[in-house]
Amino acid sequence: MGTTPILRMAEVSRVHGSDTTAVRALAGVSMEVHAGELVAVMGPSGSGKSTLLNLAGGLDAPTAGQVFIEGESIGALKGDGLARLRRRRVGFVFQDFNLIPSLTAIENVALPLELDGQRVRRARRHAMAALDLVGVSELADRYPDKMSGGQQQRVAIARALVGDRKLVLADEPTGALDSHTGEEVLRVLRERCDAGAAGLLVTHEARHAAWADRVVFLRDGVVVDSTGSPATAETLLDPAV
Amino acid sequence: MSVKLGLLALLAEEPMYGARLRAEFEARTGGTWPLNVGQVYTTLSRLERDGLVEAVGEDAEGRIAYRLTSTGRAEVAQWWLSPVDRDSTPRDELVIKLALAVTVEGVDVPRVVQTQRTATLKHLQDLTRLKHRATGGTDTDSYDIAWLLVLENLIYTAEAEVRWLDHVEARLAREATRPRRRAAGIPGGGSGAQGRTTTPGDTTNEKQQSSTRA
Repeated sequence: MGTTPILRMAEVSRVHGSDTTAVRALAGVSMEVHAGELVAVMGPSGSGKSTLLNLAGGLDAPTAGQVFIEGESIGALKGDGLARLRRRRVGFVFQDFNLIPSLTAIENVALPLELDGQRVRRARRHAMAALDLVGVSELADRYPDKMSGGQQQRVAIARALVGDRKLVLADEPTGALDSHTGEEVLRVLRERCDAGAAGLLVTHEARHAAWADRVVFLRDGVVVDSTGSPATAETLLDPAV
Repeated sequence: MSVKLGLLALLAEEPMYGARLRAEFEARTGGTWPLNVGQVYTTLSRLERDGLVEAVGEDAEGRIAYRLTSTGRAEVAQWWLSPVDRDSTPRDELVIKLALAVTVEGVDVPRVVQTQRTATLKHLQDLTRLKHRATGGTDTDSYDIAWLLVLENLIYTAEAEVRWLDHVEARLAREATRPRRRAAGIPGGGSGAQGRTTTPGDTTNEKQQSSTRA
């Protein structure tokens, strides 16, 4: 019912190795993230948080189950198709920002669009709009090493959501930031989701996870609990989340 | 802390009648400690009996305002200067519950921990939403600093509880893999455990962080 989720994972499992050496990283995980939603994933190290994020972004393939982005199964995509999907629909935000040091903020943000074949001027225009939305348009011409960690992470969020991209996957985005700056970054992420993006956030900080609409707990590759949503019909009807 | 000291502290600013005192108290503590009017009036009459406040007559609507006596003023001054007496605060039910859970046969402790963690995170989400609202969504607007500080205290407290629960879980998992040496008698689980858990913030956090980041 309702709209198609931006991200849907259906009974997704990931096993590393085979037979006797097989290690189960994720086992039958199902979840949905809708437009406007921020979902946090918490769990001890080795619980499968990063595996989950990599599968959601098509950086890794499940050994069973399916991942859908905006309704499209990414298991069916090969090489180019997958790369295109990652460029156009998914953005990553990492703990250590991962901006390219030799490019300015706006060049970093425009890069995925340019790689996707968009004209430079058009890509720059979109990049500027994205920087504006995260409140750092005045830093457009600055290089990463001339920005604070919090500013770099805002630029990274802009890059993740530039153009039409709606899914942002954030892996411990506040891990390298002090408490106050980390919260500011979470606030930006929250606001981008309120404005229509879908966010999946991996964190071990409860205070940061609390910015999410829903917190999912992973343990040994299995979802053991969830805080549920402030009640939408969808989440009430879906026993998996 | 008692309602008594809270009311005295407010009366140190200016004389007030009961209903106004109650409203002030709730507004400044962000409604975290709701009082009823009856409670305020009985407290006031006790304070009057003990010579800490005195009535200053009725206003047009027949409400009696109270002001501090010099003894009352000294009491408030003393309170600001003294640390909070942790021993007199109510015992933490969760700590007692978990201490019992690990010693009583047949309790699914990980489940108890997870249930609590989910509940605490929901609470933390509610607080975070309130904070988001209190600061006007973005950062420019002016906001009520007292309310914000109260909220942040609750947020940090809830966060500490989640961290402690993470720690409990990790500790129990480690214990489970160790050759089992049944606790010899009471000392481990009795008063010792309680002494330790009164400071979940400091000693446990370091271990907790290193174990989750490893």
